[in-house]
Amino acid sequence: MSEVAIATRIPLEDYAALLGEGEIDELRVLAKPLRGRSIEMINSTAVGGGVAEILTRLLPLAEELDLNVRWDVMTGGDDFYGVTKSFHNALHGAPYHADPKDFEIFLACNERNRARLPLDAEFVIIHDPQPVALIDGRKKNGNHWAWRCHIDLSHPHRAVWDFLEKFVARYDAAMFSSPEFSRELPIPQYLFYPAIDPLSEKNRDLDGKFIVQTLAHYQIDPHRTILTQISRFDRLKDPVGVIRAYRIVKRYFDCQLVLAGGGASDDPEGAVVLKEVLREADGDPDIHVIELPAWAPLEVNALQRASTVVIQKSLREGFGLTVSEALWKKKPVVASAVGGIPVQVIHKHTGLLAHSVEGTAYQIRFLLSHPEIAAKLGEHGHQHVKENFLITQKLKRYMTLFLAMSRGK
Amino acid sequence: MNTEERPFEFFTVSYLTRIGNQSAGTLTEFLSGMQHCSDASIFHHTYQTLGSHHFLTEGFSNDFAQWAHADANREDLAEQLATLDVRDYVSIAALRGDLCRVVGDYCASHPEFSRQTALERFYFCESVEVTLPFGRTARTLEEFRDGIVHLSHASFYFHFISSRLRLQLQTNDFSHWLADGLGLNTLADNVNHIDIYTNTLDSAREKVLRLIDRERRIG
Repeated sequence: MSEVAIATRIPLEDYAALLGEGEIDELRVLAKPLRGRSIEMINSTAVGGGVAEILTRLLPLAEELDLNVRWDVMTGGDDFYGVTKSFHNALHGAPYHADPKDFEIFLACNERNRARLPLDAEFVIIHDPQPVALIDGRKKNGNHWAWRCHIDLSHPHRAVWDFLEKFVARYDAAMFSSPEFSRELPIPQYLFYPAIDPLSEKNRDLDGKFIVQTLAHYQIDPHRTILTQISRFDRLKDPVGVIRAYRIVKRYFDCQLVLAGGGASDDPEGAVVLKEVLREADGDPDIHVIELPAWAPLEVNALQRASTVVIQKSLREGFGLTVSEALWKKKPVVASAVGGIPVQVIHKHTGLLAHSVEGTAYQIRFLLSHPEIAAKLGEHGHQHVKENFLITQKLKRYMTLFLAMSRGK
Repeated sequence: MNTEERPFEFFTVSYLTRIGNQSAGTLTEFLSGMQHCSDASIFHHTYQTLGSHHFLTEGFSNDFAQWAHADANREDLAEQLATLDVRDYVSIAALRGDLCRVVGDYCASHPEFSRQTALERFYFCESVEVTLPFGRTARTLEEFRDGIVHLSHASFYFHFISSRLRLQLQTNDFSHWLADGLGLNTLADNVNHIDIYTNTLDSAREKVLRLIDRERRIG
């Protein structure tokens, strides 16, 4: 079976307490003309990764609204996933030697899944490049197909994009996380933001005792300033740059730095980056480098809630889910002005943007000197997430897309 | 009790943001983009952004001003763009005309800045609108009040802010109905004077409700 069954029920009323009855009524209004009409979501994995995480929360909500949604996962062998990993890196601008065999493997796997999957829903949403060629299986029943691209396509490898573009151009619409990632295409392109769930373990309110225990577990002093970056040990997240910014801040403010994330144990490159980070930290007892397991939502939640300032000093970023998570927790955020981040951090309104190590340090110092401004940015950041980046908004955006497509907009 | 035969029907609105094919890295390109983008794009960066960023009641007016401030680093231009008030316009053409005049004049008087590269590019996007009945109607002030209490942000925004363009009048749906439907001209005027730039959608709603309550007490 390729259909993913979601067991958890998420009552809509639980969200009403956070968002207000009017917002929930509005979801029902949007869902009403879509009842009984079929929707199929297809991606390449049922567990792990941001897409699966979002769909796991999105589908139960859609079911609460009586939407007829199914989630199918394509299947493929190691050769296919090897190719799609190369494609993924190449689309992010990494070097890639275009091998015709790779394209054959990609197409053959898509063809096998085409034969296996229903692909007959009125609205078919394909996530990311792996299943993009399923469009060849589009039925002539007037259904609507849209491609949701979750990755940064601002500097793609030419050969890989040229290959994929032939398929993408045949969809009815494409959705990207930032205007910067859109491409010249003959179809409408829309902004769709990744969303966070305020009721998930990563974002729900926590007992203060658990936060204190988590800090104690990692030997972090709860009474001193805590600067935090949560991210994989990945050069594109610039953890070494974060340490350099912290050192500048430290000249003026007593503070600790928390660098927490996964990706070092199952990714050879992550292990190398972790070594670089530890070398840069040079045994500083106030730098806490924490290797988290792949799924540690409560720990991430606690570390974010305990932070004085949250940093996201990425060099490239599709969309910073950790930024949305921190903003939701009313934390002041200092982040790089790259990719989708400026949509989340509206400079001087919902956080502060920086363009360098020195700029990052300056903005952190500014926030530490002006706690009242930091608090206001955090409050506005929370409102910004509530209005634009929650799972309920994402569902609303999808329903609007379906209604717009069926009305020929 | 005043009763209107033509009831007020509450709607809601939902927007998709369509990515346009224009972007700007300099003020010259910014001006060109403003001149050539669609009406839906001018709407998106002025009216619609006011709804999606309603919680910012200090120093945020529209996307154009925010880019001039945060990315082009031209505070004086940002201030001029921020002071353009959508309530003064009943057509996108007139609003576009004034936006272009402000940026054009600035480029003419500061040619040294007009080709400077901004920190980040400005991407022209546009709003695709889907409207639906909210499932509530009102014939009396009481029903009207009750409807407003239960609206979503988007619905309140639709009737209170974006309606000005639809009506092509310098008023909003609420005030229009209160005056034309119930003959409550003073209440309609007072509702229309609530400042949408210095209030959030929630605080504007609270003010509308307070004004209605006052009317019920004295009316």
